[in-house]
Amino acid sequence: MRTVTVVGASLAGLYAARELRAQGFDGRLVIVGEEQHRPYDRPPLSKGFLSGKAGESDLALSDDEETLELGAEWMFGARARGLDARGRTVLLEDGRTVSTDGVVIATGARARRLPGPVLPGVHTLRTLDEARALRADLRRGTQRVVVIGGGFIGAETASSCAAMGHDVTVVEAAPLPLLGQLGPEMAAVCARLHERGGVRLVTGTGVAALEGEQAVTGVRLTDGRLFPADVVVVGIGAIPNTEWLAGSTLAVHDGVLCDDGCVTSLPQVVAVGDVARVGGARAEHWTSATAQPRVAVRNLLAGHTVEHVRPLPYFWSDQYGSRIQFAGRREQDDVPRIVEGSTEEGGFLAVYERDARTTAVLALDRPRPFTRIRRELARAQAPAPVSTPAAAAEPAAV
Amino acid sequence: MIPVCRLEELPEGASVRMDVEPPIAVFHADGELYAIDDTCTHQDASLSEGYLEGCLVECPLHEASFDLRTGRPTCLPARRPVRTHRVTVDDGVIHVHRSDEENAAA
Ligand SMILES: Cc1cc2nc3c(=O)[nH]c(=O)nc-3n(C[C@H](O)[C@H](O)[C@H](O)COP(=O)(O)OP(=O)(O)OC[C@H]3O[C@@H](n4cnc5c(N)ncnc54)[C@H](O)[C@@H]3O)c2cc1C
Ligand code: FES
Repeated sequence: MRTVTVVGASLAGLYAARELRAQGFDGRLVIVGEEQHRPYDRPPLSKGFLSGKAGESDLALSDDEETLELGAEWMFGARARGLDARGRTVLLEDGRTVSTDGVVIATGARARRLPGPVLPGVHTLRTLDEARALRADLRRGTQRVVVIGGGFIGAETASSCAAMGHDVTVVEAAPLPLLGQLGPEMAAVCARLHERGGVRLVTGTGVAALEGEQAVTGVRLTDGRLFPADVVVVGIGAIPNTEWLAGSTLAVHDGVLCDDGCVTSLPQVVAVGDVARVGGARAEHWTSATAQPRVAVRNLLAGHTVEHVRPLPYFWSDQYGSRIQFAGRREQDDVPRIVEGSTEEGGFLAVYERDARTTAVLALDRPRPFTRIRRELARAQAPAPVSTPAAAAEPAAV
Repeated sequence: MIPVCRLEELPEGASVRMDVEPPIAVFHADGELYAIDDTCTHQDASLSEGYLEGCLVECPLHEASFDLRTGRPTCLPARRPVRTHRVTVDDGVIHVHRSDEENAAA
């Protein structure tokens, strides 16, 4: 392989570039990124960056020294708009093409928006540019902020806005925020954090319309209520960036379909991070985006899948001065049990159980015991063996 | 020099966070006492809550690992070392000698 092109210059793309060099690839390395910025970290955008605790320099994922060492050709502000049928040419929006032997797809996801034109004062939060715009609006004195969507990004944004002294309302369509991720008992516990932070939580009702002519003035709910707003943050999920692959032969369905080793239907094309549907599941977690590249690059350089990736799903969230950590694979009927602390105050540790087996762990301000159980869960899920054609052809030694 | 606690209050495998500015974490790991800056150089997490393995401590947030002897990270996402501080036991009491003060005195 003489040239490898990484499309998407963010978390997963940077980790893939590092892995390529670490695993001995010394050919031409091209990194194509739509944003104008060098790779930066997104989680702080809804946390310290909004409130001003973290600056832009704190977001950098790399530095000059490493950039030099990687010896890559970076193309910033360059959007890929196509991949040819054989996966050998990346077409750029401006008409340029990059001929390549291998491709790492790391185009991530973007914030889902509400339909219709975007009024001034209405924000989404996925990129640095979006965060800058929101931060600027929040610096204009005390504002009435309505956050649409009570997921992690919505909750963190609400928490940051409340800490800045704004009047904050969170609107969640489901009966409780984070119901799908945490189940009803623990979702109820986390919902109380909003109250603790002085934030109004309105659940079980959707948004009918955003009001305002020149700029947004309020949020009209489907139950008829109107919440006046100077700033609206739409946090209703993310959409994987796969449109640019429409003309390729790759299978796309809510993400780029890959096997358990991040390899697509073309052996020299792998996908990592938020855009990748690995073995049937797509994660939007920082840890997945940083764990997948090692295996994806190994399989890319090997020319076929020699290793599977199965990181234990893990995410964290900082809200209202507390840190939530979750790890594992929770299924709908798994029952949570508090094993340490209390849900009333001071943090707790809960394990989810199915048939007397721990399937997942949730902690609020309990990092140490959380790590212990997270490690046990990771150890318990033995790495899936890969049956290579060669190994399969060999007679079993009995 | 800052007193931490009595030696027997920090058994093997234990750690304690000192609320000084910046906070310092003291570990009893691998039969030795170590002190490092408590805040992970990656983002905002307390290394005193980290997972000890030999003389390495793993950050509880994103699993960067630091060598307690040198303060150097042994893996990503941390890229910068934490400061290390000298530890002594005087009359059964653990003391931390902050490296900034030691350097200033030298
Ligand atoms: C505000 C916020 C807070 C978060 N907090 C947490 C948290 O607390 N915990 C956690 O686990 N996760 C969190 N996440 C999720 C985490 O940031 C993502 O999982 C991670 O960024 C995924 O990395 P990625 O490289 O796959 O994708 P992305 O970071 O989305 O990067 C994809 C890059 O590809 C570029 N791109 C897209 N299309 C093209 C194209 N056609 N051509 C060229 N370039 C293209 C994009 O511009 C972007 O720069 C948070 C995310 C956000 C937005
Ligand atoms: S905060 Fe320690 S590894 Fe990220």
